[in-house]
Amino acid sequence: MSGGLYSMEKGNFNQTLDLKKVKPYGDTMNDGKTQLSFTLPVPCNDEAIEAAKQLMKKMGFDNPQVVFYKELTKGFTFFNCYGSCTHSVDFTNIHVPKVESSVMTMEETDAYIRENIGRKVVVIGASTGTDAHTVGIDAIMNMKGYAGHYGLERYEMIDALNMGSQVPNEEFIAKAIEVKADVLLVSQTVTQKDVHIKNMIELVEMLEAENLRHKVILVCGGPRISHELAKELGYDAGFSFNSYADDVASYFVQEMVRRKNEKI
Amino acid sequence: MTESKLGLDFKKVAEARKAAHAIASEVQHFVESYSTVAVERTLCRLMGIDGINNNEVPLPNVVVDELNNKNMLDQGVLFWLAGAMIETGQNPQQIAENIANGSLDISKTKTPDKQAVDAALKPYITQALQRIKANRDRREHYLATLGEGARPYIYVIVATGNIYEDVVQAQAAARQGADIIAVIRTTGQSLLDYVPYGATTEGFGGTYATQENFRIMRKALNEVGEEVGRYIRLCNYCSGLCMPEIAVMGALEGLDVMLNDALYGILFRDINMQRTLVDQYFSRIINGYAGVIINTGEDNYLTTADAFEEARTVLASDLINEQLALMAGLPEEQMGLGHAFEMDPELENGFLYELAQAQMTREIFPKAPLKYMPPTKFMTGNIFRGTIQNTLFNQIAIWTGQGIQLLGMMTEAVHTPFISDRYLAIENAKYVFNNMKNIGEDVEFKKDGIIQSRSRQVLQQALELLQNIEAEGLFTALEKGIFGDVKRSKTGGKGLSGVFEKGNNYTNPFITLMKERRTEA
Repeated sequence: MSGGLYSMEKGNFNQTLDLKKVKPYGDTMNDGKTQLSFTLPVPCNDEAIEAAKQLMKKMGFDNPQVVFYKELTKGFTFFNCYGSCTHSVDFTNIHVPKVESSVMTMEETDAYIRENIGRKVVVIGASTGTDAHTVGIDAIMNMKGYAGHYGLERYEMIDALNMGSQVPNEEFIAKAIEVKADVLLVSQTVTQKDVHIKNMIELVEMLEAENLRHKVILVCGGPRISHELAKELGYDAGFSFNSYADDVASYFVQEMVRRKNEKI
Repeated sequence: MTESKLGLDFKKVAEARKAAHAIASEVQHFVESYSTVAVERTLCRLMGIDGINNNEVPLPNVVVDELNNKNMLDQGVLFWLAGAMIETGQNPQQIAENIANGSLDISKTKTPDKQAVDAALKPYITQALQRIKANRDRREHYLATLGEGARPYIYVIVATGNIYEDVVQAQAAARQGADIIAVIRTTGQSLLDYVPYGATTEGFGGTYATQENFRIMRKALNEVGEEVGRYIRLCNYCSGLCMPEIAVMGALEGLDVMLNDALYGILFRDINMQRTLVDQYFSRIINGYAGVIINTGEDNYLTTADAFEEARTVLASDLINEQLALMAGLPEEQMGLGHAFEMDPELENGFLYELAQAQMTREIFPKAPLKYMPPTKFMTGNIFRGTIQNTLFNQIAIWTGQGIQLLGMMTEAVHTPFISDRYLAIENAKYVFNNMKNIGEDVEFKKDGIIQSRSRQVLQQALELLQNIEAEGLFTALEKGIFGDVKRSKTGGKGLSGVFEKGNNYTNPFITLMKERRTEA
């Protein structure tokens, strides 16, 4: 598709990194090279390829190239494309809300609890609503943990209860009251059509109605959850992929102590 | 299997089967004395009762709930329906409608005479059996005239949440080379104690299993099958609280493959074990009669437990599932036992262990169309690496002669498949299946090497596990968390209130008729 084995394209652009104008990097600073693939609901012909290129231009790509195309079924054509992104972002002016805590190991967290809280911390977790996936909550809570990070059940100073999947919010709250939970962990894996948002908001509203919201630390997690989203929905913190039990435990024990000190 | 490529000791396999048989017999003994609300609703559907009342409650639920509320359910729905038919001269559908609109009080029905009951039910039973038989004949006719894809059948999912959009995706997949289309249900359907009615265009991560949706997709796959010159099988899911009901709807509408596994529901949906084992028995009788391949969910055990350590639980469960299926009259040729082992891709020699276990399962269940599935647990959003993981599993599938290959999607853990994801997955499978077609016949395993040793080790451990379970019973084993590290209590979970002991007049002629493959009462 392209002009031969080697790129003969002239690099007639400024090749110095400017963090105020960051764009994708292929093999040369500021080349903007991007790969993308998509399907257009049109038959596979020359017009379809042209349509893909025009669409890429509108997306902000210079030199759009269609390197592969294939009619998937009558009237649907799939494209693999490359182009040079014309847009850039100012990296120096980006602020992402983050969970503010330093990450401790399991032993450090247990010691921290002994020293600063002086009793076991009660944590309940569940994959709530209709969500049937336990992989997230299991990774954080189960004894074995995930990827070499032990789960909360293994912490000496944490009483951890994993309620599993498809736990209705009512049941979750009832259990929280019963065991006097300090921390509630909500896992949401299925996020199609934003089903998780409604369910997560419902939990916050129900906790507020029970006058419990400020008494607990409410944490959510899942592959499509961000801390920003969590805060927006009224949670104290949110954890996404690449978070482990140590991250979550470090956060909530430090938050508990912070709140305790605030009251004094 | 004349000779084991793994040096497996088939005496051990026979011992393991014997233990599994004893475990299953004990369950079967329990199951035969009980029925459930779902079984009774299934019988309503077999009697031709369909539709909903003004509040959109399905009429089978209306009838069964009414009998339950009047404390009459222990004699079973067929007994009382027959009684009402004898007294009123109405057919089952009219009786259901009249119960729904309040014009018939079924509790006023006099206790009917046994012979009269049999006579009243007879024409409706025959009608139901013949309708299911006709679907079986239709499938066999297509297989004889159109033919089918080579094994492993390529199994892909559609999950748009809208049955009409699912049709577009399913037909596209069939043209690309899929042999089995599974229509994913909306998350949460397994916990509904009724089956929604009519065509549905909503759901999360799938849409409802309804009889109308089955009909719509069956018609679409018949069309595309004729177009591509290959019979395309339709798969849905009858695990959950409506297990036999969805099985019968599938049988009535000509589905070919059904997820049908009580253990899966117990462990991963927290459905009460008594409830779902009773439900499973009748659902497997129906699936057996309808010529439907069942799929079991053992491959999911290892999403919660450690795949390398707990491999034995998969084999043990496959053996128990085989025995339970045989007791329901479901032949080995329809047992799509599930068995992938979701080992961490970082594990050294992981491919060799997977290969060992896949070959072992193949040799232990030589006639079964085994269902093989690549891991979802270790899909990360790195779609490029995910493609390679799926490729490795495709290699094992063709190498060890699996029956059904449930294709992994590179975008798993990101979204339900796009039309292009499915295309790339099918292209991958077809490439590997063609390029490595006869590798299993040509390549042998080193004597006492990693692969042979691993398979023997798993078999030995599975045998020991089965003998332990035999000593304490399946219910206790489940309470102890033997499978998937998940503990379930005999009286916990969802749906126990729908279980009842059969009364003296209880009748369900379908059990015998279907097991004996009869076409009339």
